Amino acid sequence: MADSAIAIAADVRSRRRSARDVLEQHLAQIDARERDVHAFNLVTADAARARADEIDAAVARGDNPGPLAGVPLALKDNLCTRRVPTTCSSRILAGWVPPYDATVVQRVHAAGAVVVGKTNLDEFAMGSSTENSAFGPTRNPHDLARVPGGSSGGSAAAVAAGFAALALGSDTGGSVRQPAALCGVVGVKPTYGAVSRYGLIAFASSLDQIGPFAGSVADAALLLEVVGGHDPCDSTSIASPAPALLPDLDRGVEGLRIGIVEELTDSDGIQSEVRDSVEAAAASLIDAGAKTERVQVPSTMYGLSAYYLIAPAEASSNLARYDGVRYGLRVDGADVSEMNANTRDAGFGREVKRRIMLGTYALSAGYYDAYYGQAQRVRTLIMREFDRAYDRFDALLAPTAPTVAFELGAKTADPLTMYLNDVCTIPTNLAGHAAMSVPYGTAVPPDAPGGTPALPIGVQVLAPARGEPVMFRVARAIEQAAPGGR
Amino acid sequence: MTSPLTRAEVEHVARLARLALTDEELDALTPELAKILDYAAQVSALDTEGVPPTAHPLPLVNVFRSDELWPCLPRGEVLAAAPAAEDGRFRVPRILGEAP
Repeated sequence: MADSAIAIAADVRSRRRSARDVLEQHLAQIDARERDVHAFNLVTADAARARADEIDAAVARGDNPGPLAGVPLALKDNLCTRRVPTTCSSRILAGWVPPYDATVVQRVHAAGAVVVGKTNLDEFAMGSSTENSAFGPTRNPHDLARVPGGSSGGSAAAVAAGFAALALGSDTGGSVRQPAALCGVVGVKPTYGAVSRYGLIAFASSLDQIGPFAGSVADAALLLEVVGGHDPCDSTSIASPAPALLPDLDRGVEGLRIGIVEELTDSDGIQSEVRDSVEAAAASLIDAGAKTERVQVPSTMYGLSAYYLIAPAEASSNLARYDGVRYGLRVDGADVSEMNANTRDAGFGREVKRRIMLGTYALSAGYYDAYYGQAQRVRTLIMREFDRAYDRFDALLAPTAPTVAFELGAKTADPLTMYLNDVCTIPTNLAGHAAMSVPYGTAVPPDAPGGTPALPIGVQVLAPARGEPVMFRVARAIEQAAPGGR
Repeated sequence: MTSPLTRAEVEHVARLARLALTDEELDALTPELAKILDYAAQVSALDTEGVPPTAHPLPLVNVFRSDELWPCLPRGEVLAAAPAAEDGRFRVPRILGEAP
């Protein structure tokens, strides 16, 4: 994390540095460490060099290439990129080349960013460790024996390892925030509808949201300003203009009311040092003039169970499109339905099949109301309780992930233990609210052998729908107070 | 709502989901799904009498646009990414008139 995106863009625009030099530094970092980390499914070095040269030529002509001028940026491989393979880390899409760019991809290009590659993920974004990739796991740059989190583990690792200054991921139940926490970077889940999902390969459409990874809160704000805003190609995109984030970023937290979510912070599964970081971040906000208080949001305890009915149900419907007809893989069969079933069995990995099965079951006749219907009513309760909390508080605090990064293989045997990683992040997706993870402190993992380095902890800031301006101010204050903070 | 999920039910769901699961996959999935469903069934502990379901976080209304031609995806690139195409269309196995 050598270089801030804001500094790079300013330097490139003022010709203090060339976009090409900035890119070569990042490509050198990729050359040095990517073999170990495996953040990428594809590094697009040649296209990136051509793009960097274009940016430099534009600056030389006196043009302004935009707010991300020359900033190396990585894209999660579930974001469609025209003429560049997009796999979702699944065999079923291996070799597929999209005929269009996602809206966020168009926007980062138009802002002058230099895309360096497509990052690894848990297949179809289903997982919390990036171990469910058909192309092998990504490793945590802070400790290669450990996972980077997931599902956007490749994007988090790319920023943490200095392969890119910025990255985009997607967050359905924590898939930006949890890997950001485990890799020691900033990760944001914007308000549902704040960023267009056009060209994001769908997992659970009422929960999916694209969000930025960055080395600092200010860089994350910059990228969210670029990709956010209405898009006619996404009917769930919010029509009103996106709020500006950077102008008020350093306004401080004087007078803000901050609640610490008791159920998410004080539960048994939370590593004690993670709880300590939340407490220390809260204390720093008090020092900066905010008021903090414990707040109860009891139904968040049911978020995980509701999520594991709602998200698989939506996924089973969304993933019906992989039928061997329009994209990627086809495995022949005697008739169409046998071809469909053979293709899907060969193309999907274990976790994806598990979720399709769960969702199909939860939606099937006789079980629909008890499972899916009840989960939807619990979703309403969670939203109501958050609304009550936001009557009294401007923002909430909680851990992002229950522990620091765990070892590869530690949680692959039992799906439920893997799912529990998202217990603190899922309620925000169900409510459609905003939340972000900010690094605060480090801890040695409880299961660690001697010599294991201390690993990053993430503190989560939650805000109501469209609460990003205040959320970023709180995150900025926490970042400034963090041990070693700026 | 605890679910005595049977292997036969799992096979039935696999047919609904168009997944040609192997015997090994069915054996592994049956207890895994039962365990996850058991956990998910915690939602039934909450009293939701009179609570409306939420399908979506936004108060959604239909989004219309005027009926005008827009640029659309380049047909050649779309078909080039398909497993099989012919005469400008996706090619699928024969559906009608097959021998049983």
